[in-house]
Amino acid sequence: MNWVLVPQAIITGILNGSVIGLIALGVVLIYKSSEIFNFSQGHLLMLGAFVTWWFAGASEDGNEIFNFPLGLAVLAAFLVALLIGFLIERIALRPMTGQPLLSIILMTLGLAQLIEGLVSIFFGIQPKSNFPAPIARTETFKIPFAFAFQGNIFIKKLLVIAFLVAVFGMILIVIFFKFSRVGLSMRATAEDHELARSIGINVPRIFGLSWAIAGIVATAGGVLLAMLTGASLSLSTVVLVAFPAILLGGLESLPGAIVGGIAVGLAQELVSTAKLIEIRNSSEIAPYVLLLIVLIIRPEGLFGQKRIERI
Amino acid sequence: MLKVNNIEVIYSDVILVLRGISLEVKEDQIVAILGANGAGKTTTLKAISGLLNAEEGAVTRGSIEMDGRRIDKLSAETIVRELGIVQVLEGRRLFQHLTVEENLVIGATARGHRGTMIDQDLERVYHYFPPLKQLRKRVSGYLSGGEQQMLVIGRGLMSRPSLLLLDEPSLGLAPLLVQEIFRVINQINEESGIPILLVEQNARLALEVADYAYVMETGRVVLNGPSEQLTENEDIKEFYLGLTQLGERKSYRDVKHYKRRKRWLG
Ligand SMILES: Nc1ncnc2c1ncn2[C@@H]1O[C@H](COP(=O)(O)OP(=O)(O)OP(=O)(O)O)[C@@H](O)[C@H]1O
Ligand SMILES: [Mg+2]
Repeated sequence: MNWVLVPQAIITGILNGSVIGLIALGVVLIYKSSEIFNFSQGHLLMLGAFVTWWFAGASEDGNEIFNFPLGLAVLAAFLVALLIGFLIERIALRPMTGQPLLSIILMTLGLAQLIEGLVSIFFGIQPKSNFPAPIARTETFKIPFAFAFQGNIFIKKLLVIAFLVAVFGMILIVIFFKFSRVGLSMRATAEDHELARSIGINVPRIFGLSWAIAGIVATAGGVLLAMLTGASLSLSTVVLVAFPAILLGGLESLPGAIVGGIAVGLAQELVSTAKLIEIRNSSEIAPYVLLLIVLIIRPEGLFGQKRIERI
Repeated sequence: MLKVNNIEVIYSDVILVLRGISLEVKEDQIVAILGANGAGKTTTLKAISGLLNAEEGAVTRGSIEMDGRRIDKLSAETIVRELGIVQVLEGRRLFQHLTVEENLVIGATARGHRGTMIDQDLERVYHYFPPLKQLRKRVSGYLSGGEQQMLVIGRGLMSRPSLLLLDEPSLGLAPLLVQEIFRVINQINEESGIPILLVEQNARLALEVADYAYVMETGRVVLNGPSEQLTENEDIKEFYLGLTQLGERKSYRDVKHYKRRKRWLG
């Protein structure tokens, strides 16, 4: 390890990790309510970023319909995500009720391709580097820290904003699940569909709702990433780090997704402080190595629900 | 209030399970359905509550009416929310990871109830099942079998049902607990005036609390009548209440009974 790089790596890792955690949360939301692992989450995220970009009037080709400030554009994109969530349930999932879970999961892979195709058609395949951001991407904080490289830690201001938004979003979701009426129905439905139906819960509507919320969460994640890197089709690949975060946290645990996200963020950054170039360049597989180790020790993940077995 | 008219139920388009069941539940009554494993008791309840639709089952003939309204084409959600028919599923099914109180509250919110109504209903449930009050913050999956049975019936009550369907509340419980559960079922019916359709294997207790009973065998009703009358019925005595008077019958009847017994217990 290059010890002087470690303090910087820890800070950046946690900040990045919170965004990864938020993205992971979207997948967990759907998994919890319907046991469907949504492989299209990354594409929903990418779509959310493009839709926001579009509402913000950033296409600058002279035919923009909207020219919203960023905040409003994000809200509009949330609305679109909400509708798309319900639409996916109605058009793609409901007809598949009763089919094997695997077919439904494969359908989400198809959905991912469909979204990618539609985005390419509507917005073009070129990356959009002019994604609106509240402050310039280059602005940084400088925090003096004796043990850090050249005595300072540098933090992108945008990354701090992303962190705060991600944390706020996660708290909101956890509170919603724990204390709201709808959250209770969603937790109940997640446990037993037939039982939920037997007490009068509209199970398809709960599925639609969980897709809608997951879509909004994805959009939020997409906007945060796009602020940092611009909007592009390749945004969807962020799920490659979100998936290990999900499994690490335990697939059906909301706090697990958050902790998993931060663990993955840290692992990536810390590996890139290694002295050996071979290790430094393997930061992409670091989350998976970490995942492997955790799963050997705790197969249900860090926060996975233990099956309650009595009777 | 509830009328089931000669219904036929088919699973997966080919498996004929109910072959013409008719039954009726009147205001304030407890009605029992007795019958061996696989007779179609649960299927009958699911046909009424609309839960069949979700599992490849369908009512293919006959009709089900609640207060004169046909309900056999309605969704389970509508049947609970609009008509107040609530089925308590077999096997003490609860939301294991939710607390006792969350399990109860959701029974009310799922029917659209809010606020003080829920508090009143919680009090009512704790009145019928006092042990639940102390346990209300506990994760329900760790409750004992008896406590779980109280909880699922309590959850049914939280919906303020106009008709409660109970599927084998005695399943796997110790005899004393079973008696206690039945005492409360009777109390609920008398104090709150909720009609109950009760599926049971424990014929003795079921006939004690019920006003009327049906005996099912392979998808048909083979016997029905007021409980006192069924309690006196020789077949019921022999096969369900275990009161056989050995050596009193002639061979032909013995053989016939033996066969039927095999079917009933099968
Ligand atoms: N989803 C299903 N698909 C196909 N057949 C089914 C289905 N559910 C039940 N059956 C069949 O229908 C018949 C009646 O089942 P049902 O569960 O109604 O019986 P029951 O009287 O409740 O029995 P028990 O006392 O064991 O609970 C059984 O032969 C069963 O195998
Ligand atoms: Mg049954």
